[in-house]
Amino acid sequence: MNVIRGRVWRFGDNVDTDVIIPFKYKARTLDPKELAQHVMEGIDPEFPKKVKPGDIMVAGRNFGCGSSREQAPLAIKAAGIAAVVAESFARIFFRNAINIGLPVLEVKGVSEKTFEGDVLEIDLAQGVVKNLTRGLTFKATPIPDMLMEILRKGGLVNYLKERRLSQ
Amino acid sequence: MNLKEVLDSEDLTFSEKIISIKQEEPRSIKRAGEIAVVKVDLAAGQDGTAPLAIKIFEEIGGERVWNPSNILLVLDHTYPSSSAEISNLHKIVRDFSRKHNVRLVEGSIIHQVILEDYAVPGMLIVGADSHTTTHGSVGAFATGIGSTELAAVMLGGKIWFKVPSTIRVYLDGYLPKGVYSKDVALHFIGQIGADGANYKSIEWRGEVTSKLSISSRAVLCNMSVETGAKNAVVEYDVVTESYLKEVGRSPMVVVKSGRKAEVEDELHIDCSRLDPQVAVPHRVDNVKSVREVEGTPIDQAFIGSCTNGRLEDLIEAAKVLRGRRVKDGVRLIVTPASRRVYSEALKLGILEVLFEAGAIITNPTCGACVGTHLGVLGEGEVAISSSNRNFVGRMGHPKSKVYLASPATVAASAIEGVITDPRKFL
Ligand code: SF4
Repeated sequence: MNVIRGRVWRFGDNVDTDVIIPFKYKARTLDPKELAQHVMEGIDPEFPKKVKPGDIMVAGRNFGCGSSREQAPLAIKAAGIAAVVAESFARIFFRNAINIGLPVLEVKGVSEKTFEGDVLEIDLAQGVVKNLTRGLTFKATPIPDMLMEILRKGGLVNYLKERRLSQ
Repeated sequence: MNLKEVLDSEDLTFSEKIISIKQEEPRSIKRAGEIAVVKVDLAAGQDGTAPLAIKIFEEIGGERVWNPSNILLVLDHTYPSSSAEISNLHKIVRDFSRKHNVRLVEGSIIHQVILEDYAVPGMLIVGADSHTTTHGSVGAFATGIGSTELAAVMLGGKIWFKVPSTIRVYLDGYLPKGVYSKDVALHFIGQIGADGANYKSIEWRGEVTSKLSISSRAVLCNMSVETGAKNAVVEYDVVTESYLKEVGRSPMVVVKSGRKAEVEDELHIDCSRLDPQVAVPHRVDNVKSVREVEGTPIDQAFIGSCTNGRLEDLIEAAKVLRGRRVKDGVRLIVTPASRRVYSEALKLGILEVLFEAGAIITNPTCGACVGTHLGVLGEGEVAISSSNRNFVGRMGHPKSKVYLASPATVAASAIEGVITDPRKFL
């Protein structure tokens, strides 16, 4: 998972958890696949049909603000999104994403210079994001070691499972 | 690291102190920006987040919870259930609580239950719900987490935190008539923005704060999360002390923020100059004074939620509505935050006043706040609400609109059928 390459879907500032996945869906099911069928519906009802596995989301400030619902990153991940790159993330969304193994990168300046359909290449370990379409390179805010370790294991569940086995 | 030295230090913030002393291995002081693994005093989840946490708990191979008495489960988001699917999720929570001997509360809002039965100064509380920040109102360190983390905490009782940096907000002056802590909170959010305190700790201070009741302080700490804050706190003082006496609880440890501690920012708000505020669709930081939107027609008015569904709020609404009528064609929905709030309001005759004015009184639940039942907005409908979020589709149809305000403003607007300044009725 160290290098991710994918096509960009572009979103604005303050994308909240209610538009990522409305409560009425998450109240109904725990199935990520079903959640994925409604992901981002609040912004673009066609999004679940358009998104392809391996695509990347690029957004502005405060991505994932609002509720603590882990179903938000889960729905994004289940829709096939390989990573979310944003100017900044809301606190709980960031934790949740790491914990379920969805790579999230805080990259300053990326949202102004990246457009829908661009191809990005993300080197997670190096914390480098390249916009291959426009020939630009960005540096991500480093992810603390402990969180990198959780991401590498594919999320907190696997991380804990392995730690329990090794104890 | 000596506990007394940490508590007495004038150089550490509230959050630095509490995270330092709650560490799994409290060897060194943790300052803003550092990561620490801490022991949790209370972990809570609700029907929107707990079923997933339980599923994950079982996936990790969890057989026993770390300590049943430090865990609280609540069914509140859609209570009683409005569909078979939700009932099935509720069943998962009920079965788990029975199996692991964990307390389950049905039909009161999670944060109100924690406030009524658990929160004390110096407690470290994590809740799988973003408004867990509410409990800073009694001097606890309280913050929201996700479902996977709740599963991990239920298993091991620990969690990692990055120590937040701190913003101090001083509320100066006095609160004019018709202006409440909700108006102050909205004004603050409008000033600082929806990510203005992202990852940070907010210390609410100043003359006005010191005079607020615990319920009003809870509003400040509850709404703090709408700026992205990790936690918010009002320091232990005489108000906290007499509140604790009244409810028969005592502090775990009294933690005060050091006077000389390094903070990121200090802001002052002169409350005496505020008038009633409203957050206009679709952002909580899109704040105006009620005057600017007065006359906007509404279809629904909602008084409830973990922000403003407490006894104090129902009393303020009743002051406005006593002897008056809700406008024809407008639905006023009143949802007490807990069974205790409901019962007290009932005994005081508050519910009768509201009912006679034309309000629909529901059982305690999140209900209309989160758009699942008991007041879901239709296409193009407009609501004014005492809750905390006005995002697109939050209370129902994606083409509905929500204005956020104090219970008094909501009540006044229900009478007129248009957004109305409550001072006209006070
Ligand atoms: S009342 Fe609203 S904001 Fe509060 S916990 Fe319930 S759904 Fe969340």
